[in-house]
Amino acid sequence: MNRFAALIEALAFEPRRLAKLTLMEEHFRSVPDPDRGYCLAALCGALDLPAAKPAMLRQLISERTDPVLFALSYDYVGDLSETIALLWPAPADTLTRDSSIGTIVETLQKASRREVAGLVAGLLDTLDERGRWALLKLMTGGFRIGVSASLAKLALARFGRVEAAAIEEIWHGLEPPYAGLFAWLEGRGPRPDPGQALTFRSPMLAHPVEDEDFDRLDPHEFSAEWKWDGIRVQAAGRLRGNAVEIRLFSRSGDDITTAFPDLAGALHFDGVIDGELVVMEGESVAPFSAVQQRLNRKSVSARLTTEFPAHLIAYDCLFAGEEDLRSLSLAERRERLDALVAAHGGRLRTSPPLDFDSWEDLARQRAQSAEHPAIEGVMLKRLASPYLAGRPKGHWYKWKRDPGLVDCVLMYAQRGHGKRSSYYSDFTFGVWDGDRLVPVGKAYFGFSDAELIELDRFVRQNTTNRFGPVREVVHEARTGLVLEIAFEGLQASTRHKSGIAMRFPRIHRIRWDKPPAEADRLTTLQAALARIPAQPAVPDA
Amino acid sequence: MAIRPETLLHPRPEGLYCPPGDFHIDPMRPVARALVTHAHSDHGRAGHGHVLATRETLDIMRIRLGEGFCGSEQAMPFGESLTHGGVRISFHPAGHVLGSAQIALEWQGCRIVVSGDYKRRPDPTAEAFALQACDVFVTEATFGLPVFRHPDARGEAGRLLASLARFPERPHLIGAYSLGKAQRMIRLLRDCGHDAPILLHGALEKVTQYYEARGIALGRLEPVAGHKARDLAGRIVLCPPSALADRWSRRFPDPVTAVASGWMRIRARARQRGAEIPMVISDHADWPELQETILETGAGEIWVTHGQEDALVHWCQQRGLAARPLRLVGYGDEEAA
Repeated sequence: MNRFAALIEALAFEPRRLAKLTLMEEHFRSVPDPDRGYCLAALCGALDLPAAKPAMLRQLISERTDPVLFALSYDYVGDLSETIALLWPAPADTLTRDSSIGTIVETLQKASRREVAGLVAGLLDTLDERGRWALLKLMTGGFRIGVSASLAKLALARFGRVEAAAIEEIWHGLEPPYAGLFAWLEGRGPRPDPGQALTFRSPMLAHPVEDEDFDRLDPHEFSAEWKWDGIRVQAAGRLRGNAVEIRLFSRSGDDITTAFPDLAGALHFDGVIDGELVVMEGESVAPFSAVQQRLNRKSVSARLTTEFPAHLIAYDCLFAGEEDLRSLSLAERRERLDALVAAHGGRLRTSPPLDFDSWEDLARQRAQSAEHPAIEGVMLKRLASPYLAGRPKGHWYKWKRDPGLVDCVLMYAQRGHGKRSSYYSDFTFGVWDGDRLVPVGKAYFGFSDAELIELDRFVRQNTTNRFGPVREVVHEARTGLVLEIAFEGLQASTRHKSGIAMRFPRIHRIRWDKPPAEADRLTTLQAALARIPAQPAVPDA
Repeated sequence: MAIRPETLLHPRPEGLYCPPGDFHIDPMRPVARALVTHAHSDHGRAGHGHVLATRETLDIMRIRLGEGFCGSEQAMPFGESLTHGGVRISFHPAGHVLGSAQIALEWQGCRIVVSGDYKRRPDPTAEAFALQACDVFVTEATFGLPVFRHPDARGEAGRLLASLARFPERPHLIGAYSLGKAQRMIRLLRDCGHDAPILLHGALEKVTQYYEARGIALGRLEPVAGHKARDLAGRIVLCPPSALADRWSRRFPDPVTAVASGWMRIRARARQRGAEIPMVISDHADWPELQETILETGAGEIWVTHGQEDALVHWCQQRGLAARPLRLVGYGDEEAA
């Protein structure tokens, strides 16, 4: 565990990307199987230890510390694993044994829920603070050390002297500890074959378009379509005689087929399609809140699938049957997709290309879409682009709509998590309804590190009340802080006292200069919500 | 205790106030008469009429705030006492920075000790903390959570020196508060065997010179200004933490960034600071030191001025000690910035 913990620690405090890659490469080179494989899995978020979960860890620490002191510490540190690692009452210097990460992972995987707590406590007793943190992070996931799965895979590619894309191509058919993959990368074995299983292919991602990009982009080389506000899905299908097998994958490669049995059951094609999963209301695309009803459900009831039917708006085709189309141009792939969809119908449709002859023209259409709740903006795709895994430059752009802006008053604050931990950084804000403020949303990003320190100080110096970890901050007509909030859309909500929910709110500007009395009123938001018309239909392909 | 301690000392919006003596301790706003525990800007502010503090605190306030930082001043030697308005006043070392004091007040059989900021670990650049028995102990709680346990400072400095040995071509920048931490850090590096000249950011020079003038040997020090970029390889450079994110730091080719602060115990704080070598070195008491000190003073009542007061108050109450937060606004900000 010490090797692994040392790597994680070094990565956490190494800001230089190249140095991070070197650290990981060196680890893959010098650490044997299966330890390096479990390390890779941990870095890529591919390790699942079902019996070792946060609830169990909370239980362990609650048996060893004062609950009030634990709660205050957790609130401050903002990270469960780190809090426990720092608070764990280690027996004096008994750091004699060092189990390898491989032994630990395999032991925990085999352990029953009953056994696991005792095992974990025993391990924590033998580790130092750094080791405890690494072990706890291994169990809870989310290292927050500035290493993404793609960076870890890039280090692996450098270690094996192959292209990163070659690893992406086979990655989703592999399981930890990846012994076959390492054998191939070291020239000791064959390339692992993703085989006949329906696997996830790494998707192609878009860059946000910047204003200055338009000067060098020729509109005639691009196709444009709406950017639908659903979830990005890759649908893989295979026909065997009359039988059809369909798998739905999320953008990160998770198999989400069982969450959408209505959609999976309605698809019958042979190939791999990239598209947006949306909920339809008749012929209209429903706002994202409808898709949300379908997420994170333990079981999918018939009522849910009837009320919120899932559909797929397809925009790309990676495979037609066994034929790999990814090296073809977008224009060619699109023709193949249209043919496939035309023969299919039902819950599968294509995203219609937008007709435009200049960026100004497209900007107008994008502005007109502003009141469609399921359209986030426009996607621009180079007609000549092949389908490339990752986020290649110069091919695909997303052009989100300009956000709505509203001046709100800070009302409550809480300490944040992750990189904002220990500062007051989760803010609840409100607008005026008559002469009182009603909360309309929460935001916890959009400000710089320097602004965070100022906001934190403002909260500490202007606290008027405390409710557990929540601080009430002064919010009167003449004293208080105005925050200019940017948001992507508004929805009616019965869960919020104000009756309105904001999509993706964030702090756009801090108005230190503005008296709270001049902040916006609820009626302004209500009027904006009322302007959202009945939703236009998506034309059939 | 013959009287209610609040009649001797209680919080007001401008700071802790002593009615029988008609003076404040570490007030946040200008007052007629102030007793100052130490020269950090959140405790020792400019603009008071009359200031009573240790010689070192007065000198450092003058260096940092300029001549005329107060109407008149009076130096108070450690361990001596004077009586004002019937209140007996004495100053005792707090171990926080050079000249830092705990202030004891005695009146009608009640003894209150205001500790300002304090630590109990060895630090050759500050007078060692002198424990004071009292009825009411007024404590800070900057690190008043059980997650804060400061490790041995030499071990932390050792990690910096190990990095210097490993990357001899890279300058090593240490962010350290300009009063106290920077000078302690230099002394610590000397005690760990680092004899090479240490380079200083301009903001550290005057206070550091004052420490040397008070007899604290810090070895060879040079201003960083005037050094060419290529001369900076493998040098240790000290600067205020804020300079790390500043244009100033861009003159250093491929630097290693270290920060010396008790906050470095929390990973997110270390990352927020961009620290590649987070050194947990603090001039404040950690959780075990706070507990130990509270118990050893024998005080039956604990008042907590600033920091993580909720946890410390809870801990005191669990042990049957009367404890309350004073909710004083304005302390702790020199170091937050």
